[in-house]
Amino acid sequence: MSLSNVFDIAASGMSAQSIRLNAISSNIANADSAASTPEAAYKSRHPVFELIRQQANDTAMQDDLNNGYGVQVTGIVESPTPPQMRYEPENPLADKDGYVHYPDINVVEEMANMMAASRAFQTNVDMMDTAKSMMQRVLALGQ
Amino acid sequence: MSDIFGIHEKSLMFSSKRAQLIANNIANAETPWYLARDLDFKTVFSQSQTAQMSQTDVAHHAGLLDGEGFSGLSYRIPLQPAQDGNTVDVQMEKSAYLDNAMHFQASMRFLNGRIQSLMSAIKGE
Repeated sequence: MSLSNVFDIAASGMSAQSIRLNAISSNIANADSAASTPEAAYKSRHPVFELIRQQANDTAMQDDLNNGYGVQVTGIVESPTPPQMRYEPENPLADKDGYVHYPDINVVEEMANMMAASRAFQTNVDMMDTAKSMMQRVLALGQ
Repeated sequence: MSDIFGIHEKSLMFSSKRAQLIANNIANAETPWYLARDLDFKTVFSQSQTAQMSQTDVAHHAGLLDGEGFSGLSYRIPLQPAQDGNTVDVQMEKSAYLDNAMHFQASMRFLNGRIQSLMSAIKGE
């Protein structure tokens, strides 16, 4: 029944978006986390989205139509941009030259990303709601 | 007697498949290199009209609208292609999804009417 697949697909979308929201909130929360070495500095994290494909051994679902079944997060990548150095000799984390390392996070960018994630989540919820009312109509058939 | 529900039975099957496809498009709205797909009712319908073959063996393919294979499946032509190769336009997909839900509801109405008239015929009221 493909209508119930809509629930799975919407749920996969919602969980992917919530992982994205998680990563964004971690980035925003750590935007001002200083570190004494560039390696120890926080790196911003971004989820990688990918289409869920059907298992090849599932013969009933082999047709083209079913090849695509929601979204999944295949990994979280850390940003390769080097951290920013700031001269803060009074900071307890400062190195011997008086520098601390801050992650290169643009908070405005992260906020925009957060809004996009929350909109995408909302769309998935709406979709599930519509599928629910379609399903209820099926159940009420002939009454 | 098997035809009492007419086209609506197939139409419902089409609508639920299409709902799944569009749901998948919306869920993958931000997946890089995802290409949005859709089913064309006209193509599927005309195929189901012209290619009506009777099933002589259980192993045969049951038909074009049995949910195993749709030939009306195609990729959407993107209005504004994104940098990441994704061709999903969420607004368009949402409207397509709601339009599909409306068609589903319409078919449901017709089916309900048919069931009610049959019921009143059975009861002889």
